Amino acid sequence: MDTETKARSTLRRINTKRVTKAVKKLFIEANTVLGEDVVGALRHALSREESETGKQVLQKIIENADIACRKKMPICQDTGLAVVFVELGQDVHIVGGELHAAIEEGVRQAYNEGYLRKSVCDPFTRKNTTDNLPAIIHVDIVAGSRLKIIAMPKGGGSENCSAAKMLTPSAGIDGIKKFVLETVSSAGANPCPPIIVGVGIGGSLEQACVMAKKALLRPVGEQNRVDERVEQIEKELLESINNLGIGPAGLGGRVTALAVNIEMMPCHIASLPVAVNIQCHVARHKETIL
Amino acid sequence: MPMHSPEFLAGQESGMMKEKKMNKVRSIKTPLTEEVITSLNAGDMVLLSGEVYTARDVAHRRLYESLLKGEKLPVDLSQTVLFYAAPSPTPPKKVIGSIGPTTSYRMDFFTPKLIESGLRAMIGKGNRSPEVVEAIKKHKAIYFGAIGGIAALMSQSVKKVELIAYDDLGPEAIRKLTVINFPLVVINDFQGNDLYFSEQRKWRI
Repeated sequence: MDTETKARSTLRRINTKRVTKAVKKLFIEANTVLGEDVVGALRHALSREESETGKQVLQKIIENADIACRKKMPICQDTGLAVVFVELGQDVHIVGGELHAAIEEGVRQAYNEGYLRKSVCDPFTRKNTTDNLPAIIHVDIVAGSRLKIIAMPKGGGSENCSAAKMLTPSAGIDGIKKFVLETVSSAGANPCPPIIVGVGIGGSLEQACVMAKKALLRPVGEQNRVDERVEQIEKELLESINNLGIGPAGLGGRVTALAVNIEMMPCHIASLPVAVNIQCHVARHKETIL
Repeated sequence: MPMHSPEFLAGQESGMMKEKKMNKVRSIKTPLTEEVITSLNAGDMVLLSGEVYTARDVAHRRLYESLLKGEKLPVDLSQTVLFYAAPSPTPPKKVIGSIGPTTSYRMDFFTPKLIESGLRAMIGKGNRSPEVVEAIKKHKAIYFGAIGGIAALMSQSVKKVELIAYDDLGPEAIRKLTVINFPLVVINDFQGNDLYFSEQRKWRI
Protein backbone atom coordinates (compact mmCIF):
# COMPACT_ATOMS: atom_id res chain seq x y z
CA MET A 1 0.00 0.00 0.00
CA ASP A 2 1.38 3.41 -0.87
CA THR A 3 1.21 6.16 1.75
CA GLU A 4 -1.76 7.86 0.16
CA THR A 5 -3.87 4.71 0.06
CA LYS A 6 -2.98 3.93 3.66
CA ALA A 7 -3.94 7.42 4.75
CA ARG A 8 -7.25 7.17 2.91
CA SER A 9 -8.10 3.87 4.57
CA THR A 10 -7.71 5.35 8.09
CA LEU A 11 -9.81 8.40 7.29
CA ARG A 12 -13.47 8.47 8.28
CA ARG A 13 -15.69 9.77 5.52
CA ILE A 14 -18.47 12.21 6.29
CA ASN A 15 -20.73 13.33 3.50
CA THR A 16 -21.58 17.03 3.24
CA LYS A 17 -25.27 16.10 2.98
CA ARG A 18 -25.13 14.97 6.60
CA VAL A 19 -23.49 18.23 7.56
CA THR A 20 -26.20 20.31 5.86
CA LYS A 21 -28.97 18.29 7.47
CA ALA A 22 -27.39 18.56 10.92
CA VAL A 23 -26.83 22.32 10.66
CA LYS A 24 -30.41 22.90 9.54
CA LYS A 25 -31.79 20.91 12.46
CA LEU A 26 -29.50 22.63 14.98
CA PHE A 27 -30.47 26.17 13.97
CA ILE A 28 -34.19 25.45 14.02
CA GLU A 29 -33.88 23.75 17.40
CA ALA A 30 -31.65 26.43 18.88
CA ASN A 31 -34.10 29.14 17.86
CA THR A 32 -37.17 27.43 19.27
CA VAL A 33 -36.02 25.40 22.27
CA LEU A 34 -34.19 27.25 25.03
CA GLY A 35 -31.48 25.18 26.73
CA GLU A 36 -32.35 23.53 30.04
CA ASP A 37 -29.39 25.22 31.70
CA VAL A 38 -30.72 28.66 30.71
CA VAL A 39 -34.28 27.86 31.81
CA GLY A 40 -32.90 26.52 35.09
CA ALA A 41 -30.86 29.68 35.60
CA LEU A 42 -33.93 31.83 34.88
CA ARG A 43 -35.97 29.88 37.44
CA HIS A 44 -33.20 30.31 39.97
CA ALA A 45 -33.09 34.03 39.14
CA LEU A 46 -36.86 34.23 39.75
CA SER A 47 -36.40 32.70 43.19
CA ARG A 48 -33.81 35.27 44.24
CA GLU A 49 -35.13 38.39 42.47
CA GLU A 50 -36.54 40.85 45.02
CA SER A 51 -38.09 43.39 42.66
CA GLU A 52 -41.76 42.69 41.91
CA THR A 53 -41.37 44.02 38.39
CA GLY A 54 -38.22 41.96 37.96
CA LYS A 55 -40.11 38.84 39.03
CA GLN A 56 -42.90 39.58 36.54
CA VAL A 57 -40.36 40.01 33.74
CA LEU A 58 -38.64 36.73 34.60
CA GLN A 59 -41.99 34.93 34.72
CA LYS A 60 -42.82 36.25 31.25
CA ILE A 61 -39.41 35.18 29.93
CA ILE A 62 -39.95 31.64 31.26
CA GLU A 63 -43.53 31.56 29.93
CA ASN A 64 -42.25 32.73 26.53
CA ALA A 65 -39.69 29.92 26.36
CA ASP A 66 -42.50 27.47 27.07
CA ILE A 67 -44.79 28.91 24.37
CA ALA A 68 -41.96 28.96 21.80
CA CYS A 69 -41.12 25.32 22.52
CA ARG A 70 -44.75 24.13 22.41
CA LYS A 71 -45.70 26.10 19.30
CA LYS A 72 -42.33 25.60 17.59
CA MET A 73 -41.95 29.37 17.22
CA PRO A 74 -38.75 31.42 17.50
CA ILE A 75 -38.12 32.37 21.15
CA CYS A 76 -37.07 35.82 19.90
CA GLN A 77 -37.88 37.49 16.58
CA ASP A 78 -34.18 38.18 16.19
CA THR A 79 -33.08 34.72 15.16
CA GLY A 80 -29.59 36.05 14.83
CA LEU A 81 -26.46 35.88 12.83
CA ALA A 82 -25.68 32.21 12.24
CA VAL A 83 -22.48 31.61 14.19
CA VAL A 84 -21.09 28.10 13.78
CA PHE A 85 -18.24 26.51 15.70
CA VAL A 86 -16.81 23.40 14.07
CA GLU A 87 -14.39 20.94 15.60
CA LEU A 88 -13.10 18.90 12.73
CA GLY A 89 -11.25 15.71 13.63
CA GLN A 90 -8.05 15.46 11.59
CA ASP A 91 -8.95 11.90 10.62
CA VAL A 92 -12.17 13.02 8.96
CA HIS A 93 -12.44 13.21 5.20
CA ILE A 94 -15.28 15.45 4.07
CA VAL A 95 -16.78 14.05 0.87
CA GLY A 96 -19.57 15.09 -1.46
CA GLY A 97 -18.73 18.77 -1.54
CA GLU A 98 -17.16 21.60 0.36
CA LEU A 99 -17.57 21.82 4.16
CA HIS A 100 -18.12 25.58 4.27
CA ALA A 101 -20.77 25.45 1.52
CA ALA A 102 -22.50 22.52 3.23
CA ILE A 103 -22.76 24.45 6.50
CA GLU A 104 -24.12 27.53 4.74
CA GLU A 105 -26.67 25.43 2.87
CA GLY A 106 -27.86 24.11 6.26
CA VAL A 107 -28.20 27.67 7.54
CA ARG A 108 -30.07 28.74 4.40
CA GLN A 109 -32.53 25.83 4.70
CA ALA A 110 -33.04 26.40 8.44
CA TYR A 111 -33.85 30.08 8.03
CA ASN A 112 -36.11 29.52 5.02
CA GLU A 113 -37.95 26.38 6.03
CA GLY A 114 -37.94 27.12 9.76
CA TYR A 115 -39.53 30.57 9.33
CA LEU A 116 -36.57 32.22 11.01
CA ARG A 117 -35.90 35.90 10.38
CA LYS A 118 -33.25 36.74 7.83
CA SER A 119 -31.23 39.41 9.61
CA VAL A 120 -28.09 39.82 7.50
CA CYS A 121 -27.45 42.80 5.23
CA ASP A 122 -24.82 44.68 3.25
CA PRO A 123 -23.02 47.04 5.66
CA PHE A 124 -23.24 50.01 3.27
CA THR A 125 -26.55 49.66 1.39
CA ARG A 126 -28.23 47.75 4.30
CA LYS A 127 -29.82 45.52 1.66
CA ASN A 128 -30.86 42.18 3.12
CA THR A 129 -29.00 39.14 1.73
CA THR A 130 -32.37 37.30 2.07
CA ASP A 131 -30.96 33.94 3.20
CA ASN A 132 -29.23 34.93 6.47
CA LEU A 133 -25.89 34.24 4.83
CA PRO A 134 -22.97 34.50 5.14
CA ALA A 135 -22.69 32.46 8.30
CA ILE A 136 -19.85 33.16 10.72
CA ILE A 137 -17.90 29.90 10.77
CA HIS A 138 -15.01 29.06 13.08
CA VAL A 139 -13.18 25.79 12.40
CA ASP A 140 -10.75 24.11 14.78
CA ILE A 141 -8.82 21.06 13.66
CA VAL A 142 -8.76 18.58 16.53
CA ALA A 143 -7.60 15.01 17.16
CA GLY A 144 -9.87 12.14 16.24
CA SER A 145 -12.33 11.18 13.56
CA ARG A 146 -15.43 13.04 14.62
CA LEU A 147 -17.04 16.26 13.48
CA LYS A 148 -18.61 18.45 16.14
CA ILE A 149 -20.92 21.24 15.06
CA ILE A 150 -22.20 23.96 17.39
CA ALA A 151 -24.93 26.27 16.11
CA MET A 152 -25.22 29.60 17.87
CA PRO A 153 -27.78 32.10 16.59
CA LYS A 154 -26.52 35.44 17.95
CA GLY A 155 -28.86 38.41 18.30
CA GLY A 156 -27.78 41.88 17.23
CA GLY A 157 -28.95 43.83 20.26
CA SER A 158 -26.62 42.16 22.73
CA GLU A 159 -23.81 41.87 20.18
CA ASN A 160 -23.95 45.68 19.75
CA CYS A 161 -23.23 46.10 23.47
CA SER A 162 -20.08 44.00 23.27
CA ALA A 163 -16.57 45.47 23.26
CA ALA A 164 -12.87 44.66 23.08
CA LYS A 165 -9.95 46.64 24.45
CA MET A 166 -6.20 46.30 24.44
CA LEU A 167 -5.33 47.08 28.05
CA THR A 168 -1.77 47.70 29.20
CA PRO A 169 -0.20 45.05 31.43
CA SER A 170 -0.13 47.58 34.28
CA ALA A 171 -3.95 47.70 34.23
CA GLY A 172 -3.93 44.17 35.68
CA ILE A 173 -6.90 42.30 37.08
CA ASP A 174 -8.48 45.50 38.39
CA GLY A 175 -8.31 47.01 34.91
CA ILE A 176 -9.98 43.92 33.43
CA LYS A 177 -12.79 44.03 35.99
CA LYS A 178 -13.28 47.76 35.45
CA PHE A 179 -13.58 47.31 31.68
CA VAL A 180 -16.08 44.44 31.98
CA LEU A 181 -18.16 46.37 34.50
CA GLU A 182 -18.13 49.55 32.41
CA THR A 183 -19.20 47.61 29.33
CA VAL A 184 -22.14 45.99 31.13
CA SER A 185 -23.09 49.20 32.92
CA SER A 186 -23.20 51.30 29.77
CA ALA A 187 -25.23 48.58 28.03
CA GLY A 188 -27.96 49.06 30.65
CA ALA A 189 -31.35 47.83 29.47
CA ASN A 190 -30.25 47.53 25.82
CA PRO A 191 -29.01 43.91 25.60
CA CYS A 192 -32.15 42.34 27.17
CA PRO A 193 -31.00 41.50 30.69
CA PRO A 194 -30.62 39.19 32.53
CA ILE A 195 -27.55 38.68 30.40
CA ILE A 196 -24.69 36.23 30.20
CA VAL A 197 -21.29 37.86 30.00
CA GLY A 198 -18.62 36.11 27.98
CA VAL A 199 -15.09 37.38 28.58
CA GLY A 200 -11.90 36.55 26.69
CA ILE A 201 -8.64 37.52 28.37
CA GLY A 202 -5.25 37.28 26.64
CA GLY A 203 -4.21 35.99 23.24
CA SER A 204 -4.43 38.60 20.53
CA LEU A 205 -7.20 41.04 19.66
CA GLU A 206 -9.15 38.52 17.56
CA GLN A 207 -8.38 35.58 19.84
CA ALA A 208 -9.75 37.44 22.86
CA CYS A 209 -12.98 38.04 20.90
CA VAL A 210 -13.28 34.39 19.85
CA MET A 211 -12.65 33.27 23.45
CA ALA A 212 -15.33 35.68 24.69
CA LYS A 213 -17.82 34.17 22.28
CA LYS A 214 -16.80 30.59 23.08
CA ALA A 215 -17.19 31.40 26.77
CA LEU A 216 -20.92 31.88 26.04
CA LEU A 217 -21.17 28.23 25.04
CA ARG A 218 -20.39 27.03 28.54
CA PRO A 219 -23.45 25.70 30.40
CA VAL A 220 -24.90 28.49 32.54
CA GLY A 221 -23.86 28.08 36.15
CA GLU A 222 -20.66 26.21 35.41
CA GLN A 223 -17.49 28.02 36.55
CA ASN A 224 -14.12 28.03 34.79
CA ARG A 225 -12.52 24.79 35.95
CA VAL A 226 -9.12 25.32 34.39
CA ASP A 227 -7.87 28.18 36.51
CA GLU A 228 -8.90 28.99 40.09
CA ARG A 229 -7.90 32.65 39.65
CA VAL A 230 -10.32 32.94 36.75
CA GLU A 231 -13.08 31.21 38.70
CA GLN A 232 -12.60 33.78 41.46
CA ILE A 233 -12.84 36.71 39.03
CA GLU A 234 -16.02 35.21 37.52
CA LYS A 235 -17.63 35.13 40.97
CA GLU A 236 -16.55 38.65 41.87
CA LEU A 237 -17.65 40.11 38.54
CA LEU A 238 -21.06 38.40 38.73
CA GLU A 239 -21.64 39.98 42.11
CA SER A 240 -20.49 43.43 40.97
CA ILE A 241 -22.67 43.24 37.86
CA ASN A 242 -25.72 42.23 39.85
CA ASN A 243 -25.02 45.12 42.22
CA LEU A 244 -25.48 47.52 39.29
CA GLY A 245 -29.23 47.19 39.82
CA ILE A 246 -30.08 47.08 36.09
CA GLY A 247 -32.34 44.09 36.67
CA PRO A 248 -34.57 42.04 34.35
CA ALA A 249 -35.45 44.05 31.19
CA GLY A 250 -33.51 46.95 32.74
CA LEU A 251 -36.46 47.78 34.99
CA GLY A 252 -34.39 47.48 38.15
CA GLY A 253 -33.66 44.48 40.33
CA ARG A 254 -31.14 42.09 41.78
CA VAL A 255 -30.60 39.94 38.72
CA THR A 256 -28.73 41.65 35.89
CA ALA A 257 -26.58 38.70 34.83
CA LEU A 258 -27.12 34.95 35.03
CA ALA A 259 -23.43 34.17 34.63
CA VAL A 260 -19.99 35.54 33.87
CA ASN A 261 -17.93 33.07 31.86
CA ILE A 262 -14.25 33.83 31.32
CA GLU A 263 -11.78 32.08 29.04
CA MET A 264 -8.12 32.97 29.34
CA MET A 265 -4.81 32.27 27.58
CA PRO A 266 -1.31 33.77 27.66
CA CYS A 267 -0.66 36.96 25.72
CA HIS A 268 2.20 39.12 24.39
CA ILE A 269 4.49 40.68 27.03
CA ALA A 270 3.31 44.11 25.85
CA SER A 271 -0.43 43.40 25.91
CA LEU A 272 -3.48 42.58 27.94
CA PRO A 273 -6.31 42.02 25.45
CA VAL A 274 -9.81 41.81 26.92
CA ALA A 275 -13.04 41.14 25.02
CA VAL A 276 -16.55 41.25 26.46
CA ASN A 277 -19.26 39.48 24.50
CA ILE A 278 -22.72 40.13 25.89
CA GLN A 279 -25.47 37.55 25.42
CA CYS A 280 -29.15 38.31 26.04
CA HIS A 281 -31.29 35.97 28.15
CA VAL A 282 -32.27 34.12 24.97
CA ALA A 283 -28.93 32.33 25.09
CA ARG A 284 -29.18 29.89 22.22
CA HIS A 285 -26.79 27.17 21.16
CA LYS A 286 -27.20 23.53 20.16
CA GLU A 287 -24.58 21.02 19.19
CA THR A 288 -24.19 17.64 17.63
CA ILE A 289 -21.41 15.22 16.84
CA LEU A 290 -21.21 13.42 13.51
CA MET B 1 -51.35 60.76 39.15
CA PRO B 2 -49.61 64.14 38.71
CA MET B 3 -45.94 64.31 39.64
CA HIS B 4 -46.46 66.89 42.39
CA SER B 5 -49.42 65.17 44.05
CA PRO B 6 -49.04 64.07 47.67
CA GLU B 7 -49.76 60.47 46.67
CA PHE B 8 -46.93 60.48 44.15
CA LEU B 9 -44.52 62.14 46.55
CA ALA B 10 -45.44 59.58 49.20
CA GLY B 11 -44.79 56.91 46.56
CA GLN B 12 -41.34 58.37 45.98
CA GLU B 13 -40.49 57.70 49.59
CA SER B 14 -42.08 54.33 50.14
CA GLY B 15 -40.84 51.24 48.36
CA MET B 16 -44.19 49.54 48.92
CA MET B 17 -46.07 52.37 47.25
CA LYS B 18 -43.73 52.30 44.31
CA GLU B 19 -44.19 48.60 43.76
CA LYS B 20 -47.95 49.04 43.87
CA LYS B 21 -47.79 51.90 41.42
CA MET B 22 -45.60 49.85 39.08
CA ASN B 23 -48.03 46.96 39.05
CA LYS B 24 -51.21 48.90 38.32
CA VAL B 25 -52.19 47.99 34.79
CA ARG B 26 -54.28 50.30 32.66
CA SER B 27 -55.91 49.51 29.32
CA ILE B 28 -55.48 52.13 26.60
CA LYS B 29 -56.49 52.34 22.95
CA THR B 30 -55.04 53.92 19.82
CA PRO B 31 -54.99 56.58 18.54
CA LEU B 32 -53.29 57.93 21.64
CA THR B 33 -54.69 61.40 22.28
CA GLU B 34 -52.79 64.12 24.12
CA GLU B 35 -55.20 63.56 26.98
CA VAL B 36 -54.22 59.90 27.28
CA ILE B 37 -50.50 60.57 26.85
CA THR B 38 -50.42 63.29 29.50
CA SER B 39 -52.29 61.04 31.93
CA LEU B 40 -49.52 58.45 31.87
CA ASN B 41 -46.45 58.50 34.10
CA ALA B 42 -43.13 56.69 33.88
CA GLY B 43 -43.65 53.30 35.52
CA ASP B 44 -47.29 52.91 34.54
CA MET B 45 -48.03 49.50 33.11
CA VAL B 46 -50.44 49.54 30.19
CA LEU B 47 -52.18 47.09 27.91
CA LEU B 48 -52.34 48.75 24.51
CA SER B 49 -55.02 47.82 22.00
CA GLY B 50 -55.44 49.17 18.49
CA GLU B 51 -52.98 49.74 15.68
CA VAL B 52 -49.21 50.06 15.83
CA TYR B 53 -46.77 50.38 12.92
CA THR B 54 -43.46 48.54 12.79
CA ALA B 55 -40.44 50.59 11.70
CA ARG B 56 -36.79 50.13 12.50
CA ASP B 57 -33.40 51.13 11.15
CA VAL B 58 -33.76 51.50 7.38
CA ALA B 59 -37.44 52.47 7.53
CA HIS B 60 -36.46 55.30 9.88
CA ARG B 61 -33.82 56.55 7.49
CA ARG B 62 -36.37 56.54 4.68
CA LEU B 63 -39.03 58.36 6.72
CA TYR B 64 -36.42 60.91 7.79
CA GLU B 65 -35.14 61.50 4.28
CA SER B 66 -38.69 61.84 2.96
CA LEU B 67 -39.37 64.48 5.60
CA LEU B 68 -36.23 66.40 4.61
CA LYS B 69 -37.33 66.31 0.97
CA GLY B 70 -40.86 67.35 1.87
CA GLU B 71 -42.34 64.15 0.46
CA LYS B 72 -45.58 62.59 1.67
CA LEU B 73 -44.97 59.78 4.16
CA PRO B 74 -46.60 56.35 3.85
CA VAL B 75 -48.04 56.82 7.36
CA ASP B 76 -49.66 59.77 9.15
CA LEU B 77 -47.16 60.21 11.97
CA SER B 78 -49.58 62.15 14.17
CA GLN B 79 -51.92 59.15 14.28
CA THR B 80 -49.18 56.56 14.56
CA VAL B 81 -47.66 54.49 17.34
CA LEU B 82 -44.27 53.38 16.01
CA PHE B 83 -43.08 49.96 17.16
CA TYR B 84 -39.36 49.35 16.70
CA ALA B 85 -39.65 45.80 15.52
CA ALA B 86 -39.28 43.36 12.65
CA PRO B 87 -41.11 40.05 13.02
CA SER B 88 -39.88 36.63 12.07
CA PRO B 89 -41.65 35.27 8.95
CA THR B 90 -45.29 34.26 9.23
CA PRO B 91 -45.76 30.48 9.04
CA PRO B 92 -48.80 29.11 7.15
CA LYS B 93 -52.14 29.63 8.93
CA LYS B 94 -50.57 32.02 11.43
CA VAL B 95 -51.19 35.75 11.81
CA ILE B 96 -47.54 36.59 12.39
CA GLY B 97 -44.24 35.01 13.43
CA SER B 98 -42.53 35.98 16.66
CA ILE B 99 -42.33 39.70 17.37
CA GLY B 100 -40.78 41.92 19.99
CA PRO B 101 -38.95 45.21 20.39
CA THR B 102 -35.51 45.98 19.03
CA THR B 103 -33.11 48.37 20.81
CA SER B 104 -34.35 51.94 20.43
CA TYR B 105 -31.18 54.03 20.54
CA ARG B 106 -30.41 53.26 16.90
CA MET B 107 -33.51 55.25 15.97
CA ASP B 108 -32.47 58.22 18.15
CA PHE B 109 -30.80 60.13 15.33
CA PHE B 110 -34.06 60.22 13.36
CA THR B 111 -36.58 60.45 16.20
CA PRO B 112 -36.54 64.19 17.10
CA LYS B 113 -37.37 65.04 13.47
CA LEU B 114 -40.19 62.48 13.46
CA ILE B 115 -41.57 63.89 16.72
CA GLU B 116 -41.37 67.43 15.33
CA SER B 117 -43.37 66.13 12.39
CA GLY B 118 -46.19 64.74 14.52
CA LEU B 119 -45.09 61.41 16.02
CA ARG B 120 -46.23 61.07 19.62
CA ALA B 121 -45.80 57.45 20.66
CA MET B 122 -43.01 54.89 20.34
CA ILE B 123 -42.48 51.34 21.54
CA GLY B 124 -39.02 49.81 21.92
CA LYS B 125 -36.49 48.74 24.49
CA GLY B 126 -33.54 50.52 26.07
CA ASN B 127 -32.47 54.09 26.76
CA ARG B 128 -33.14 57.10 24.55
CA SER B 129 -30.75 59.97 23.90
CA PRO B 130 -31.09 63.31 25.71
CA GLU B 131 -32.21 64.81 22.36
CA VAL B 132 -35.07 62.32 22.09
CA VAL B 133 -36.13 62.88 25.72
CA GLU B 134 -36.05 66.63 25.09
CA ALA B 135 -38.28 66.23 22.01
CA ILE B 136 -40.62 63.98 24.03
CA LYS B 137 -40.96 66.72 26.66
CA LYS B 138 -41.33 69.56 24.19
CA HIS B 139 -44.04 67.88 22.13
CA LYS B 140 -45.74 65.85 24.86
CA ALA B 141 -44.87 62.49 23.39
CA ILE B 142 -44.36 59.14 25.11
CA TYR B 143 -41.92 56.23 24.93
CA PHE B 144 -43.13 52.79 25.98
CA GLY B 145 -40.86 49.89 26.78
CA ALA B 146 -41.69 46.32 25.86
CA ILE B 147 -39.82 43.35 27.28
CA GLY B 148 -37.19 42.14 24.84
CA GLY B 149 -36.88 38.46 24.03
CA ILE B 150 -40.45 37.35 24.76
CA ALA B 151 -41.46 37.41 21.11
CA ALA B 152 -43.44 34.17 21.01
CA LEU B 153 -45.57 35.45 23.89
CA MET B 154 -46.01 38.94 22.42
CA SER B 155 -47.05 37.56 19.05
CA GLN B 156 -50.18 36.16 20.73
CA SER B 157 -51.43 39.75 21.12
CA VAL B 158 -51.22 40.44 17.39
CA LYS B 159 -54.52 39.83 15.62
CA LYS B 160 -53.90 41.23 12.15
CA VAL B 161 -50.94 42.29 9.99
CA GLU B 162 -50.97 44.51 6.92
CA LEU B 163 -47.98 45.52 4.80
CA ILE B 164 -47.94 49.31 4.51
CA ALA B 165 -44.66 50.39 2.89
CA TYR B 166 -41.07 49.58 1.93
CA ASP B 167 -41.80 45.92 1.23
CA ASP B 168 -38.36 45.64 -0.41
CA LEU B 169 -36.93 45.76 3.13
CA GLY B 170 -38.32 42.32 3.95
CA PRO B 171 -38.59 41.97 7.73
CA GLU B 172 -37.81 45.69 8.11
CA ALA B 173 -40.84 46.85 6.06
CA ILE B 174 -43.48 49.03 7.70
CA ARG B 175 -46.41 46.84 8.76
CA LYS B 176 -49.61 47.80 10.50
CA LEU B 177 -50.31 45.46 13.39
CA THR B 178 -53.69 45.25 15.04
CA VAL B 179 -52.95 44.35 18.63
CA ILE B 180 -55.02 43.49 21.68
CA ASN B 181 -53.64 44.02 25.16
CA PHE B 182 -50.04 44.60 24.15
CA PRO B 183 -48.14 44.61 27.49
CA LEU B 184 -46.04 47.80 27.82
CA VAL B 185 -44.57 50.03 30.48
CA VAL B 186 -44.07 53.80 30.26
CA ILE B 187 -40.30 54.48 30.19
CA ASN B 188 -40.20 58.19 29.29
CA ASP B 189 -43.41 60.08 30.00
CA PHE B 190 -44.41 63.44 28.53
CA GLN B 191 -42.56 65.20 31.33
CA GLY B 192 -39.33 63.44 30.44
CA ASN B 193 -39.17 61.20 33.52
CA ASP B 194 -37.06 58.10 32.92
CA LEU B 195 -38.09 54.79 34.42
CA TYR B 196 -34.82 52.96 33.67
CA PHE B 197 -32.89 55.67 35.50
CA SER B 198 -35.15 55.82 38.55
CA GLU B 199 -35.62 52.04 38.94
CA GLN B 200 -32.01 51.02 38.36
CA ARG B 201 -30.80 53.63 40.84
CA LYS B 202 -33.15 52.17 43.42
CA TRP B 203 -31.55 48.72 43.19
CA ARG B 204 -27.92 49.75 42.79
CA ILE B 205 -25.68 48.72 45.67
